[in-house]
Amino acid sequence: MTTAVAPAPAKAPAAPLFGKAEKKAVLDPLWDNNPIALQVLGICSALAVTIKLDQTVLMCVGVIAVLCASNTIISMLRNMIPSKIRIIVMLVVISSLVTLVDILLKRFAFDVAKGLSVFVGLIVTNCIVMGRAEAFAMANKPWPSFLDGLGNALGYSWILLAVAFFRELFGSGTLFGVRVIPASVYADAGGFYFNNGLMVLAPGAFLLLGVIVWVQRGISGYTESH
Amino acid sequence: MLPLAFLPAADDSISGLISLAVKAMFVENILLAFFLGMCSYLAVSKRVDTAIGLGVAVVFVQTITLPVNWAIYNYLLRPDALSWAGLPGTDLRYLGLIFYISTIAAMVQIVEMAIDKYSPKLYASLGIFLPLIAVNCAILGGSLFMVERDYSLPQSVVFGVGSGLGWMLAIISMAAIRQKLRTAHIPDSLKGLGITFITTGLIAMAFMTFSGIQL
Repeated sequence: MTTAVAPAPAKAPAAPLFGKAEKKAVLDPLWDNNPIALQVLGICSALAVTIKLDQTVLMCVGVIAVLCASNTIISMLRNMIPSKIRIIVMLVVISSLVTLVDILLKRFAFDVAKGLSVFVGLIVTNCIVMGRAEAFAMANKPWPSFLDGLGNALGYSWILLAVAFFRELFGSGTLFGVRVIPASVYADAGGFYFNNGLMVLAPGAFLLLGVIVWVQRGISGYTESH
Repeated sequence: MLPLAFLPAADDSISGLISLAVKAMFVENILLAFFLGMCSYLAVSKRVDTAIGLGVAVVFVQTITLPVNWAIYNYLLRPDALSWAGLPGTDLRYLGLIFYISTIAAMVQIVEMAIDKYSPKLYASLGIFLPLIAVNCAILGGSLFMVERDYSLPQSVVFGVGSGLGWMLAIISMAAIRQKLRTAHIPDSLKGLGITFITTGLIAMAFMTFSGIQL
């Protein structure tokens, strides 16, 4: 959980809105300091929603909204929160935001949101939100915190989308519900092809994420000590 | 095919409860089938003894918070729940998340103080893990599943114990495997997180064999 949390970059008071530090805050978590592959945050509620791409996209939208908003709000409140009760204050802020997101998702995308079941609610305990609030927003100004939230949420999203892409393609032969592997090659229709049933089950997600982490770390050159 | 639509146990009879417990522990293991509690699972599964400590603490907190959140849901939040106080027609379900997470945080605090007072030895061994449980998705997930599946009070107690034990089982077996893995030759970039995920996938596959059990 604490393997590679980035040190908070120091920022000059009159920095430009999109200076080098800001760009770094957004781009770093996409690859070099990816929240899932390197910081090991936010895996909890992530894997269960990667069976279908449309669910995954909705989940990513939820996480991006919550993470940006919570980082900004907690950063605004950072000088008012007594450090002893900060966990509870953060939890209240985050769970209010998640409640809002939950209601909005149910309003605008009811069917898909219903399919996400309890996992939208579980964004509350998604370590990525807590982790960034604790590691970054408590020590930085609102604007960099917002960018940090955005960067980390995007870093989380692309890994999730990659997992979902392979799970839906090999597990159901579709992408976003549209058939990609033609129905005529399936064994039922006289062809040779079967869907890989393992992909839609839990072990498939674990194995796939393991391989994605392996590839990401192989390219970025990060290794763990033991 | 997907384990998302957990079938509610038919009744509160003893056999129904036993089957719910077995299901929560093995067939629909909260970690291996629903991916809940992954973060602390990955962080704390490096040694068997710490894994046992965290596992015990999770079982403990899960068993206490589920009935409490059951009471909160049924007597405060659900539609018409406030009729006992003379306020019919209320529906406070949208406050659910805030209530559950506060209950969990409060319960963790109370459990921490109680253990500190009555068993300083256990407190010393659990130490840092107790506060971490407040943000363990398995605990909040348990409460949310309890609400979604409309469990009765006995069912939610049994589900709490069962899912807690299932989580403990998973983390202890993972810790045991990881201790052995330390001496294995693993490609550099697969070390740590990567191999842990792949091993977890294999454990999850093993647990899937339980899904054939009919009770």
